[in-house]
Amino acid sequence: MYPADFRYTKDHEWIRLEGAVGTVGITDYAQQQLGDVVFVELPKPGARVKAGESFGTIESVKAVSELFSPVSGEVAEVNASLADSPEAVNRDPHGAAWLVKIRVSDAKEMTALMDSAAYQVYIAEKAKETPA
Amino acid sequence: MTPSEAHASVGGGFQKARNLLVTTPAATTPRKTALYSIHRKMGAKMVEFGGWEMPLEYAGILAEHHAVRTRAGLFDVSHMGEIEIRGPGALGLAEWVTCNHVARLRAGEAHYSGLMTSRGTFVDDLLVHKLSDTHYLLCVNAANQDRDFEHIAGQKHGDAEVENAGVRYSQLAIQGPRAKEILGRLTPVALDSIHYYHFTFGKVSGADCLIARTGYTGEDGFEIYFHIEFSEALWSSLLEAGQSFGVMPCGLGARNTLRLEAGMRLYGHELDESTTPWEAGLDWICKLDKGEFLGSKALAQQRQRGVEKKLVGFEMLGKRIAREGYPVFVGGRQAGGVTSGGPAPSLGKNIGFAYVPPQASAPGTALEISIRGQVEPARICQIPFYRHPRPTTPH
Repeated sequence: MYPADFRYTKDHEWIRLEGAVGTVGITDYAQQQLGDVVFVELPKPGARVKAGESFGTIESVKAVSELFSPVSGEVAEVNASLADSPEAVNRDPHGAAWLVKIRVSDAKEMTALMDSAAYQVYIAEKAKETPA
Repeated sequence: MTPSEAHASVGGGFQKARNLLVTTPAATTPRKTALYSIHRKMGAKMVEFGGWEMPLEYAGILAEHHAVRTRAGLFDVSHMGEIEIRGPGALGLAEWVTCNHVARLRAGEAHYSGLMTSRGTFVDDLLVHKLSDTHYLLCVNAANQDRDFEHIAGQKHGDAEVENAGVRYSQLAIQGPRAKEILGRLTPVALDSIHYYHFTFGKVSGADCLIARTGYTGEDGFEIYFHIEFSEALWSSLLEAGQSFGVMPCGLGARNTLRLEAGMRLYGHELDESTTPWEAGLDWICKLDKGEFLGSKALAQQRQRGVEKKLVGFEMLGKRIAREGYPVFVGGRQAGGVTSGGPAPSLGKNIGFAYVPPQASAPGTALEISIRGQVEPARICQIPFYRHPRPTTPH
């Protein structure tokens, strides 16, 4: 469910680093918590992003949530297909519905993120706090 | 069966229900309906609303929304409050505290109304059901039920007894084009004879119910009121009877998108103690000609003077969603704010309600709504946004 080659943030984004470029999305846990996704707002290619800072918003029927970047760098590519089919985030959050690709400026930031096992412990704890 | 006789049996378990009050947890923990554990078991995502822990969604808000528009949806709305007024002075008290004309109701009829402050603003919005000349049942919002009760009981208007009866009742809403067929499988009552905004008493799955043809979705459907002890049995039998019709259990998420499309106001958003029926576009429930009532003087004055703000419906011209609290601009100047906003799944656009100055309230007027610092174009449109053909005409 939570791929071993991803790293995860406490805000429920994932990143998969290939060379200097990291693909970023939200986790399956996040899409479940959000419910039906109806709008995704992403930065333009070339935009600078910083680890832990907002790079866009994602809206479900009920609410709007900020997207936080797992790492610092420059947006290399955005997933343009989400403009017309934001619901893909609910269907395939770890695959086709990736959000942005970031040219990572400092790969060391990756070490601050959780691996799959740690993230699963983290969301299990979350689930205990807020009965869903 | 006359309404009042039958109703006595709905309330038959009053003593049992009273004991529940004693074990009700402190007001800080949200209250739970009789169906709470079923909702959890069925995998509902829960949310706190109006002091109650309620299902937000089961399969998903969009799927539930479309189920109600095309087939049927079942909602636990037991958080809604019930207040009963009985006695020779019941009509007089109901007439005094609400703005619609209660004397025009016949037994077995209901209407939408406002519970008024002396300033002519909303303590709550509600449904008033006439059971008999001396017995009225008010259905009020969950979060307001205790203060509504105190407000009404505090009026001391003639010989009437006011009961905060919510603890006795559960309420389910079965809504959608197939609702009548589903409910029809469980009751001997001729549902076709219950017209829109009418009700009757009868058995559903053997349980005594008040069956009203009302709802908060813009679809045909029924709201049934019954003693809490029948909650699980009725919930299960309605889901089972509805299975072949594609019924879905629905949460408050879909209830909100459905009511918004149908142009129905929500207390705490479009209505509160600072808004009057004229401002909220609810002139049709405010009957100044019925005689004096709480707030009628202030309302008559405002009618003469004119309102300073007016509720309008709007649609976004772009893809971004305006939500509650976002500022609204007309001609470059801030003119008001969004009270509810979100996607309209049956219309394929984003809509909402906002208060604006009356001179800028005509349909077609261009608005600008600031969405997290960026101004987006919107346009005032007619309410309701969505209209479903009614089986009968409302009175």
